[in-house]
Amino acid sequence: MTLLSVKDLNVTFPTADGLVKAVRGVSFDVDAGRTLGIVGESGSGKTVLTQTLLGLTPGGDVSGSAMFDGIDLLKLTEGEMRNVRGAQIAVIFQDPLTSLHPLYKVGWQIVEMIRAHDKSVSKAEATERAVDLLRRVGIPRPEVRVNDYPHQFSGGMRQRAMIAMALSLSPKMIIADEPTTALDATVQAQILDLLLRLQQDSDTALIMITHDLGVVADIADDVVVMYAGRAAEKASKHDIFYRPHHPYTKGLLESIPNSSAAAERLKPITGQPPSLITLPSGCAFHPRCAYVMDRCLTEQPELVAVGEAGVHRSACFLPTRAVGLGDETEELRRSAVGEGRHAAAAEVAEAIAASPEAEGSVIA
Amino acid sequence: MSSTLPAGAPAAMPTDPELEDDVLVRVDNLVKHFPVKAGGLISRTVGHVQAVDGVSLTIGRGQTLGLVGETGCGKSTLARCIAGLIPVTSGKITFEGRDITNLSRGAMRPFRREMQMIFQDPYGSLNPRRRVGSIIGDPFSIHRTATGAERKRAVQELMERVGLNPEHYNRFPAEFSGGQRQRIGVARALALRPKLIICDEPVSALDVSIQAQVLNLLSDLQDDFGLSYLFIAHDLEVVRHVSNAVVVMYLGKIAEAGPKAPVYDTPRHPYTAALLSAAPAADPDSAAARQRIILTGDVPSPINPPSGCRFHPRCPKAQELCSEQEPPLEIKPGDPDSHLTACHFPVQAGEQLARAGRRERR
Repeated sequence: MTLLSVKDLNVTFPTADGLVKAVRGVSFDVDAGRTLGIVGESGSGKTVLTQTLLGLTPGGDVSGSAMFDGIDLLKLTEGEMRNVRGAQIAVIFQDPLTSLHPLYKVGWQIVEMIRAHDKSVSKAEATERAVDLLRRVGIPRPEVRVNDYPHQFSGGMRQRAMIAMALSLSPKMIIADEPTTALDATVQAQILDLLLRLQQDSDTALIMITHDLGVVADIADDVVVMYAGRAAEKASKHDIFYRPHHPYTKGLLESIPNSSAAAERLKPITGQPPSLITLPSGCAFHPRCAYVMDRCLTEQPELVAVGEAGVHRSACFLPTRAVGLGDETEELRRSAVGEGRHAAAAEVAEAIAASPEAEGSVIA
Repeated sequence: MSSTLPAGAPAAMPTDPELEDDVLVRVDNLVKHFPVKAGGLISRTVGHVQAVDGVSLTIGRGQTLGLVGETGCGKSTLARCIAGLIPVTSGKITFEGRDITNLSRGAMRPFRREMQMIFQDPYGSLNPRRRVGSIIGDPFSIHRTATGAERKRAVQELMERVGLNPEHYNRFPAEFSGGQRQRIGVARALALRPKLIICDEPVSALDVSIQAQVLNLLSDLQDDFGLSYLFIAHDLEVVRHVSNAVVVMYLGKIAEAGPKAPVYDTPRHPYTAALLSAAPAADPDSAAARQRIILTGDVPSPINPPSGCRFHPRCPKAQELCSEQEPPLEIKPGDPDSHLTACHFPVQAGEQLARAGRRERR
């Protein structure tokens, strides 16, 4: 069942330097009990996207729609949004230290959260629930720790407390914005495990925003890859990792060091992500793309079905059959580039090949 | 731990005198304790943060030694001790056979040319009010090796070498992206042609596509200039990619050390095994197939570390002995000479450590 359906979401911020186009026409669905991973680098718009859903982007111009359980989140007043935020959609932020108030006890903050949405719950009842929640997220001796201040918790425990707070009102959806980025690997494993277990217990939908493809590979069902405010590719986790279509997704996968290719050189994506004020024409990725063709400079590709099943969508002009990392696919891409690249694109390709990071992957 | 080390190989810890020429840096039983002060007007020391507690290692010439461990394990403190940025409590550091432990500022100066550092935060490690040309040129002025036009030319050569546009000589750090700023940091470290560069989480703050650019650059520079790296990172895949040898630290001590292959392929310390199993792999099938060892709890405080083996309260294999007696760092039966483990009950081949089975997806 589709719980959240975002259609053609645009968010822009007027600034002194110009209009920042943070999110440009993004659509996606999230089903109950499923996990959507949103992957992208710094400045790709992944955080703005989800904060807009919760009305947390003041000053931004928003258009599009976001139907959540029958209501359009983008049309709610601040008061109506307050009833949704926390109660129906909970958020877990990256930095658990700055998201907890340092001067209030952890337990009090959970009690506050419960009572803010339901005044009929007494303080004693709410405290009991807070202790229960802390126990559920694996805080040892919760009846004692409920009276601790955030600084008395370690990083992992603080993130657990944030998760407890997010769960306190049994939300239908949890948005986790880089929840494990600040944590060590062993603690990250604990937290991801916990999130998945809790999600399965309560059939909650989870949106996991991350720059870490490892986290996505671990817990997502579906993945949206974002680049410069747009969805570059949208597919099941397996399609993204084993049958990528968009050159950006392919580039991301190839730039991760992995054990099987430990001795080989890494294949980075050349160049830097673009400024969201002065975006490149056509496909925003074209100045970094090894497969740049003439039409990429002038036309903006839309998400189209690629591969076989039809659920896999990619915003790239390369042949729709060209999915995967194998040689055959590479041949397909190269021949398409051979036909589609003339003077204009050849110039871009030369610039990419001349950049210091180019590793001979550019078809010149 | 005694300062006599078992024989070791390539980069981890060679003691064979014939190999001595290949050793650039030797750290012997290094201890760094920070006093914890309490009280008002008259402060008194109430304890010590045992940040580094008896660590010995060697860095081979032209080699990369990877140093991994979680927050608070002492890896950055160790790096700062080696670089001479903070005095050590006890132990000995030698650089090309010369003792550089707790040298005075003046005496340390010639060594500073040969040892440079690259820091984690490319935003915090560059002065925002100075132009990059002058930042990269600093080492030349400090060591009075080049001035004026000569200095400018040297700086522009460096900028070109690390993949920056030399025409951006007069720009400010704010005009560069994170990856480019890290290149500025690399250029500055490279200026005096050091023999050792200590990289403290050099790519942790960068996006993956940019991270790969910087890692490739570091590897090219190593080939061109015969650099040695002490490479600190918490990302195990990154460390595996760049290192020849690896040291795994836990709470101020070495848990396991050795050449890359045996440490990664057949870890003997339960902590190494847990770290490796916890690292997220960007591959859904292997992520689903993997038996994760979920450690309980967090890293304890280094002010009051656990008795015996410091890992025992979190260790899935812990027994009585572990809380009573500290395990020596030694070669375990069946391991190559250079693979050292500090554990009473090392992990055996094929042993299952996972506490909970892999969670099932519907």
